[in-house]
Amino acid sequence: MKKLLLSLLFVPLFAWAAERGYRLERALIDTKDLLSLQAGAKTFVNYCLNCHGAQYMRYNRLTDLGLTEAQIRDNLVFTDAKVGDTMKVALTPKDGKTMFGAAPPDLSVIGRSRGADWLYTYMRTFYRDAKSPTGWNNAAFPQVAMPHALWTLQGERALEIVPAKDGHGPATYKWSQLSAGTQDALQYDTTIRDLVNYLVYMGEPAASRRKQIGVVVLLALGILFVFAYALKKEYWKDVK
Amino acid sequence: MASRLMALWDWFDARMPSVAEEFRKHMAEYYAPKNFNFWYFFGALSILVLVIQIVSGIFLTMHYKPDAASAFGSVEYIMRDVPGGWLIRYIHSTGGSAFFIVVYLHMFRALLYGSYKQPRELIWIFGVLIYLTLMAEAFMGYLLPWGQMSYWGAQVIVNLFAAVPFIGPDLALWIRGDYVVGDATLNRFFALHVIAIPLVLLGLVAAHILALHDVGSNNPDGVEIKKLKGPDGHPLDGIPFHPYYTVKDIVGAVVFLALFCFVLFFVPEMGGYFLEYNNFIPADPLKTPQHIAPVWYFTPYYSILRAVPPLFNSQFPGVLVMGVATLILFFLPWLDRSPVKSIRYRGLLFKSAVAIFVITFLVLGYLGTEPVTVWGQAGAWLGHADRATVAARVFTALYFAFFVLMPWYTAIDKTTPVPERVTT
Repeated sequence: MKKLLLSLLFVPLFAWAAERGYRLERALIDTKDLLSLQAGAKTFVNYCLNCHGAQYMRYNRLTDLGLTEAQIRDNLVFTDAKVGDTMKVALTPKDGKTMFGAAPPDLSVIGRSRGADWLYTYMRTFYRDAKSPTGWNNAAFPQVAMPHALWTLQGERALEIVPAKDGHGPATYKWSQLSAGTQDALQYDTTIRDLVNYLVYMGEPAASRRKQIGVVVLLALGILFVFAYALKKEYWKDVK
Repeated sequence: MASRLMALWDWFDARMPSVAEEFRKHMAEYYAPKNFNFWYFFGALSILVLVIQIVSGIFLTMHYKPDAASAFGSVEYIMRDVPGGWLIRYIHSTGGSAFFIVVYLHMFRALLYGSYKQPRELIWIFGVLIYLTLMAEAFMGYLLPWGQMSYWGAQVIVNLFAAVPFIGPDLALWIRGDYVVGDATLNRFFALHVIAIPLVLLGLVAAHILALHDVGSNNPDGVEIKKLKGPDGHPLDGIPFHPYYTVKDIVGAVVFLALFCFVLFFVPEMGGYFLEYNNFIPADPLKTPQHIAPVWYFTPYYSILRAVPPLFNSQFPGVLVMGVATLILFFLPWLDRSPVKSIRYRGLLFKSAVAIFVITFLVLGYLGTEPVTVWGQAGAWLGHADRATVAARVFTALYFAFFVLMPWYTAIDKTTPVPERVTT
């Protein structure tokens, strides 16, 4: 027991930075773009919400995106869930672990833990790898347990990683398309951009409301400052 | 009607310590030096943040569930389904960091103007006790969201106690209530965070202020204003706290709240320093994160802990050194041998020491947020050691040098004459 505790103590001492790995691309998302968010929500419920849940997100919260509850019920709820329910999946973590080797994480706050750029890069860098159990691998997340869920859109790609000549510096990544998907590269990037936009929104649905209120609060404090400062000046006139 | 109310007021006054009398003593006739500057805002602001934390905390407990299975979810429930819940949660999370910012600046003020020196040693001691209690409060509060950083941060800190020779493992077990951080730990930390430690904090804050009002405030000149009194018996350089400093502190509070609200409404995560990104991953006892960093306000001490090499395969020396690094603050009033209080009348030695100490504290703080490999490895002449570890060792030595050498450099430092009256 003592050994275990001591080894835990050393964990941070031996922790190293995330290895340099694949360079992240910037996700040009805009959480004010409702059409993009709606498209992302559609991709999310169609492709992600089979294995991954979003157990803290309610379907009817999507009214934030300019949809009515009827629209949400008819177009985005594919299970017997009620529109006020949270986005749960039938796949239990235990089954997920048996099937993939790791339980698919809940995606409610994935936008906050991973960040937009990582998600955007990750969803665009799957490639065929005969050595992996699923037949898929990922450049941003090597040896990931998840297969490429959107492969019918992006098509199959291959990746050759060429290490730098002297053993230092970044490796070169050579991509090639093995078979075409239903979308071309630009369409697929847009699909992922919208999906990531949605994931970021879902991480904190109150975010845009928060910023709106913030502007009002700061303006109010600005006005209060003028009066507070005038009051102070008035009192301190007689302090010599 | 008015006279009826007055009669009721008198009825109360006759049966308890007079409120009017206390108000006079601590506000309207508490004479404070008239030359308080920018640095003197942070005492009042600390009280403001304390109130903010208590009030927002009360509302959080109405919806939060101290249960390992539902804690993470209940925080997300607060963020999404409780009306205004996100606001309350961000007020509390931003308040946690804001508390340390104002307290650090408040302590730095004491260092600048020698506010810990005779006759204010006890105020300083109460202050250090508040600081240590606040650390315990923050540490236990940070476990409650039950994210990966909550969990592994708590695991690391509780394991510090396990490094104590002989009783360590039993001590850590007693703190955790389990062999690993778990539901039992979460429950007790909740109880301690929500009621036990806040009660201690309130008591210490009361003691801090009562001791201050007994001896009177120091000021940027380090002059004792009580020495020179006017014919009315009030200090010549003193002004009543109320209304002068109440109206001034209101201005400070508004500016502080503007900064506070800017963070709260626009950058509540503060780039991962106030809310760590990894803490949005639910706690997983089976998955150790690659990099565990405590929240920014603990990182100077975390750096010191990591800087000390293990001895006989035990991490205890690091724990001991870190403990001493915090406890040494208590001795500041007796380590400082300077005849003057304020940095304004001290010499180059003390000024340089303070400057180096500030840099030391900031560098240690930065290094504590990063993995030890952040600056790569040094050459063969240093045995290929991590550069950041070497730097942390140098700055740990400087941290202690500031205190240990203080009796020497403050005694031989050239001082300039302190004026009779405060300057403006």
